[in-house]
Amino acid sequence: MIGALIAREVRRGLAGAAWLPVIFFLLVAAIVPFAVGPDAQLLARIGGGALWIAALTAALLPIERLVEPDRGDGILDQLALSGASEEGIAAAKIIGHWLTFGPLLLLAAIPASVLVGLDGAALLRAIVALAIGTPALAALAVTVAALTAGLPRAGSLAGLLLMPLAVPLVIFGAAATGADPGGALKLEAAVALLTLVGAPFVTAAAIRAART
Amino acid sequence: MSRLIDARGLALVRGGRLLFEGLDVTLDGGEGLHLTGPNGCGKSSLIRLIAGLLLPTVGTIERAGAALADEHLALDRELPLGRALAFWRGPNLGNALTAFDLDRIADVPVRMLSTGQGRRARLARVMASAAPLWLLDEPLNGLDAAGTEQLAGAIAGHRASGGAVVTASHVPLAGDWRMLELSA
Repeated sequence: MIGALIAREVRRGLAGAAWLPVIFFLLVAAIVPFAVGPDAQLLARIGGGALWIAALTAALLPIERLVEPDRGDGILDQLALSGASEEGIAAAKIIGHWLTFGPLLLLAAIPASVLVGLDGAALLRAIVALAIGTPALAALAVTVAALTAGLPRAGSLAGLLLMPLAVPLVIFGAAATGADPGGALKLEAAVALLTLVGAPFVTAAAIRAART
Repeated sequence: MSRLIDARGLALVRGGRLLFEGLDVTLDGGEGLHLTGPNGCGKSSLIRLIAGLLLPTVGTIERAGAALADEHLALDRELPLGRALAFWRGPNLGNALTAFDLDRIADVPVRMLSTGQGRRARLARVMASAAPLWLLDEPLNGLDAAGTEQLAGAIAGHRASGGAVVTASHVPLAGDWRMLELSA
């Protein structure tokens, strides 16, 4: 059942608007040079951080279609009756969501790095940091989607919830993208791992709480 | 006969209101339980309790594997009906499609189905699941005469083969039912 659920998430993600967060990511990256001016040195210094802000805002876009449609249409109830645990459902949703979000974002990170003026070495660091960070972003998106499912103005509320939760990830992710990463990549990986492990349980509790 | 539901001393508080208390529900294979009562008396809540989707405020519930048909369609709207139903992996899907006359619309996307066809699809999923316990919340809503007959046939067949059915309905159903009236 979990395999079928992951396949379903991927199918719906691709049929839905998987390209939308990616275009959004590229747009935000493209706006940065306009906002800070054409100073190449300054751009290269803040470029890594700008990519992370772009990735974070892109992660917000799909939130509303991740959990609420399935809750409202009774699919989560039917899954429970068919014997799937809420934790399993949550894990499947996180994996399925990342598959339609992470790889595309990593691809888009190449042109985006050029837009914000990162050189080759910095581009590589950005890709590695984003590859570690996007699963955690996907997990946070599913968690926040479950926490806000069924609430009025869930979209805006999701943004308010997700951004503070992503702060540790952005701190270490952006530092790992920068010129002097130090141990930032390991700390980013630790934060991402913690997020990934905790998210299915929080999501499952939120799905159960939404039933009462 | 095997016992399919054994619920003791159920009480449920919803929205600060006590819907029922001290309720025992037992159901054996082959039996049918028809819940009646005015709107808001807790029929649907009792069905969701038995399904395990709500937790009782007090009491315990044990039940066999169950399938539920409620007001939600729970099918992917962009898929053809046959594929959307197949997602639920019912071992008995072929028979269920035939029983509810859905064979000829199995290629129609779910979003194009009429209300009545959607109703049949929900019932077909229950039948396809091969679960011993069927939970049907207002199964006759939106069904035409033919659909009502198909449902009666499916229920009779299920009970004859040792399954049990719990239904909440304002309309009498064909066959022999144990009645349980909930008061408002």
